[in-house]
Amino acid sequence: MTSLVIAEHDNKTLKEATGKVVTAAAQVGTPVHVLVAGQGADAVAAAAAKLSGVEKVLLADDALYAKMVAETMETLILSLADKYDAILAPATTNGKNYMPRVAAKLDVPQISEIIAVESPDTFQRPIYAGNAIATVQAGSGKIVITVRTTTFKSAGDAGAAAIEKISAGADPGLSKFVSEELSKSERPELTSAKIIISGGRGMQSGENFHMLDKIADKLHAAVGASRAAVDAGFVPNDYQVGQTGKVVAPELYIAVGISGAIQHLAGMKDSKVIAAINKDEEAPIFQVADYGLVADLFKAIPEMDEELTKMGY
Amino acid sequence: MKVLVPVKRVIDYNVKVRVKADQSGVDLANVKMSMNPFDEISVEEAVRLKEKGKATEVIAVSIGPQQASETIRTALAMGADRGILVKCDADVEPLAVAKILKAICDAEKPTLVITGKQAIDDDSNQTGQMLASLLGWAQGTFAHKLELGDATAQIEREIDGGLQTVEVKLPAVMTVDLRLNEPRYASLPNIMKAKKKPIDEKSPTDYGVDIAPRLKVLKVSEPPKRQAGIKVKTVAELLDKLKNEAGVI
Repeated sequence: MTSLVIAEHDNKTLKEATGKVVTAAAQVGTPVHVLVAGQGADAVAAAAAKLSGVEKVLLADDALYAKMVAETMETLILSLADKYDAILAPATTNGKNYMPRVAAKLDVPQISEIIAVESPDTFQRPIYAGNAIATVQAGSGKIVITVRTTTFKSAGDAGAAAIEKISAGADPGLSKFVSEELSKSERPELTSAKIIISGGRGMQSGENFHMLDKIADKLHAAVGASRAAVDAGFVPNDYQVGQTGKVVAPELYIAVGISGAIQHLAGMKDSKVIAAINKDEEAPIFQVADYGLVADLFKAIPEMDEELTKMGY
Repeated sequence: MKVLVPVKRVIDYNVKVRVKADQSGVDLANVKMSMNPFDEISVEEAVRLKEKGKATEVIAVSIGPQQASETIRTALAMGADRGILVKCDADVEPLAVAKILKAICDAEKPTLVITGKQAIDDDSNQTGQMLASLLGWAQGTFAHKLELGDATAQIEREIDGGLQTVEVKLPAVMTVDLRLNEPRYASLPNIMKAKKKPIDEKSPTDYGVDIAPRLKVLKVSEPPKRQAGIKVKTVAELLDKLKNEAGVI
């Protein structure tokens, strides 16, 4: 069984998600090849070649793939599919965008957001916002998978795979990239941060999120938010942690003014340690928190800032 | 132009999901069912296109048991014009749903298909993309904003890093995210009017689609439970625990 992993990157750096999918792929079938589709992505291919367990990196470098538009990715992946028994991508907004197109054309189901590989054809995946775990077995045909990267460890960096340049696929001419507005931040990304501090509706305004920024800067943490805070316009959509936002599993998750709706818990309950600050002692977040503090966040957060300073952060 | 809106009947999002003791699935007996919340957003978007004079007809489609006609009625009460119910009692996987929808698109020739980015039961997030692929159409997934032109549409999408705009050729499939719009509640007069709107009843065989599942569900189990921890009294105590007990800061 040969596996193909589709790399996640921004043309400059390889995202950690890729290494995690390589780990999952190695449990499905070896050898593992990685496809880097991008523009000016030599450094990405070089980084992918260093991932432990990768036998070969395929680099398709073309303007068509600069933004991994789904329709062009579909054509490229399908042109390679014959040689592989399993095709895996991270369950990022990119992977979720192009992968089902590939599965449909191969006439196989996609197995979405797997959290464990039980055997090369049997996988666990969360359903109902993580309130149940389904164990599913693939039928005949190729196996097409997206991987929830929080549950897999990244492959090491002991590899030395060969990089093979491949030509671009045809342009289906269906869609084109126009523009993007990316949130700029010096802080780590939500999905790879070791510590996350998230705010909910209790934050009351976007201005008040700056209080969390100060704590985040001290702890080298990322700042997240509940859906309620995003819907209220306090922070942009890419802050959202939850069933339909980002799924995270940091070492420490600090929930501030977040009641803990099941849809939010679905996105963070695999965190190693959860701390919650909420003035409502009945808030459901306390049922999953390792450390709960019933307090007014507008007093507790400035106090935390001072205490951290005292502790030398 | 016609807009096709696939809607799914799912467990209501406020219901606490319970896994069956025999691990064969989740307990759906006597549980409140509703329209998938993402699909409500798609119906709203389609109805707004009609109100703006851009769409001429909004067709709501549901694939499911007889009761899925109630889900279609909800869409009709929100402003859709007519419905198609593809009746089947078994669970249908996203690939088979996409194949049925493709056959309906071949017959109805909509300019736009608008559907939820995922259903909150199986959380697959596949159907819209699979449909676009089978039709050979463009897609705009996780839509945040739609600007419809004559031959193309600009779709702003919610992506991991922020927002991205793509231009897609029409016809196209759009899957919607949470913040595209706020769906309306159907008014009583509109609920009454919806009762008179037509719903066609079909079966998967009418479209020549085999709905036999391709994945075997071996079991459905409870996720590992997280135990509630302790309450601390002060911020200082919290930080002390995080540093010296948990060792995470």
